[in-house]
Amino acid sequence: MRGARGKTVSDRLELTDGSRVGVVGGGPAGSFFSFFLLSMAESMGLDLTVDVYEPRFFTHRGPAGCNHCGGIISESLVQMLAAEGINLPPSVVRRGIDSYVLHTDQGEVRIQAPVDEKRIAAVYRGNGPRESEPVEAAGFDRHLLELSSSSGARVVRKLARSISWEDGRPRVTTVDGTASDYDLLVMAVGVNSQALNLFRDAAPGFTVPETQRTFICEFRLGVEVVRQWFGNAMHVFLLDLPRLGFAALIPKGDFVTLCLLGDDLDDQLVESVLGSPEVQQCFPGSVVPPMACHCRPHINVEAAVRPFADRMVWVGDCGVARLYKDGIGSAYRTAKAAARAAVFHGVSADDFKRHFWPACRALDTDNTIAKLVFGVTHLIQRSRVLRRGVVRMTAREQARPGGARRMSGVLWDTFTGSAPYRDILRRTMNPAFPLALAWNILAGSLPFGGMPNGGRTSNGQ
Amino acid sequence: MDNSALGHVYADGEVIVRQGEAGDCMFTLQEGRLEVLAHHEGRGEVPISIMEKGAIFGEMAIFEREVRSVTVRALGEARVLTIDKKSFLRRVQEDPSLAFNLVRIMSQRIRHLTEQLGERRAGADRRSLGDRRQADRRTRP
Repeated sequence: MRGARGKTVSDRLELTDGSRVGVVGGGPAGSFFSFFLLSMAESMGLDLTVDVYEPRFFTHRGPAGCNHCGGIISESLVQMLAAEGINLPPSVVRRGIDSYVLHTDQGEVRIQAPVDEKRIAAVYRGNGPRESEPVEAAGFDRHLLELSSSSGARVVRKLARSISWEDGRPRVTTVDGTASDYDLLVMAVGVNSQALNLFRDAAPGFTVPETQRTFICEFRLGVEVVRQWFGNAMHVFLLDLPRLGFAALIPKGDFVTLCLLGDDLDDQLVESVLGSPEVQQCFPGSVVPPMACHCRPHINVEAAVRPFADRMVWVGDCGVARLYKDGIGSAYRTAKAAARAAVFHGVSADDFKRHFWPACRALDTDNTIAKLVFGVTHLIQRSRVLRRGVVRMTAREQARPGGARRMSGVLWDTFTGSAPYRDILRRTMNPAFPLALAWNILAGSLPFGGMPNGGRTSNGQ
Repeated sequence: MDNSALGHVYADGEVIVRQGEAGDCMFTLQEGRLEVLAHHEGRGEVPISIMEKGAIFGEMAIFEREVRSVTVRALGEARVLTIDKKSFLRRVQEDPSLAFNLVRIMSQRIRHLTEQLGERRAGADRRSLGDRRQADRRTRP
């Protein structure tokens, strides 16, 4: 019997009862993939075995248990996970975020969430920074790994050492020499793992994604100080510093996380950010405390080439990720797309190209638009007049409940990663947007055209 | 209840959705319990069920442009997360499997309602049979 594309049915690469699936990496992408694969397979009456190779327990504090990330779960992802029946308990969410405070040298403005509710989650990927108190709370990665384990995946606490091919099937060999063959192998290793380079030649045509270094550090302030000084708001900074793209302070329990994006983030640039008045005034006494923990992880800034092959697929940021935002959301999308392709279509390169790659391509295309959006953000950072116009327009929108929130909406979605970049760009194309911005730039430069509350519209300080 | 957790905390007795109002979102119960009530002419508010942590409700507003069919209010403090209709439907266009969980929940509700309807019908049949027997006894000489 011949299939639609000329292959006999028995030749088709597909998962059947008893098929074995290996997943290298138990971070969000690996856990999401395992969870959705098993859940979809169950609904199709398909009995699969899934092994997730993850040597870490995510129970250690500090770098040993951490996946080095800012740890923000976007508004859209929180909602979609809830619709999937995956809820994030208070033990995982270190703080729910309901607003953003934009800080510039022209003033600061608080942008409230579109609904009166905390729908952005600040989490730790591991079990908290170095020097944090031992707590029962589970990190986000551990929570997801337990979820995939409870849905039937077997977590293999061993490091995968090599990947080879045996009779057309991928074989994983662990550090203790144990070898296992699979009908499908999923690479979910992340861009900060040695495994990505180790396994870069595992399949023909695959090229690792381009990455950029970021800077992340933690400040320990105590839960009460964090509550009083940062509240449920993420603080973002438009600072006119060369090479700096984005800076944000994220409150989490006892700590505040600083995330920096930019080119060549060296110690001097970090010092410049920490020395800026906009950042310093966020801390009690305008004194930035010493860092409790810091790292310089990579992020994916250019998609991998051909992250799929016969019986093999790359998910999460070792394949394709949204530019600068919502890395965990990208892991969810690509992992789920790979699981759908594997269960409902097949595991050949052609199946992944038809049914997995479109989800990746959509992210990749949106990233092209993102470069334009961030280019404009960069211009605003560099221009005092534009910064003043943006802050003025946002402050006036926030002071008028129920009115049009053009700038607030654009900034909210740019900062939170809640909407595709193409939607953000489309909204800025509305003639009312540039007109309103132009008016605010003009009015802001007039002597009587000051900002509501003198440009300090944030509460509490 | 943890005020830094996700969602919105409702006080005891506070209404989350009101029967007859238009809706453009659905909800998930993150923590606590909720009471479902239906208003009937002449009988006032009739309790329908209690929802526990993890429950999804208000999903009919996602698929229909009808008003809310019941009132839901907090039974003690409850933490609830809102899911926007627009965001959800946009994502369903990209990933139809996102609706699986909702379809499963709605299917469970139909099964539950069918069982309840069956039990009610059986009870009504038993009552009607009893009434007929009584009437027969009364008319017998």
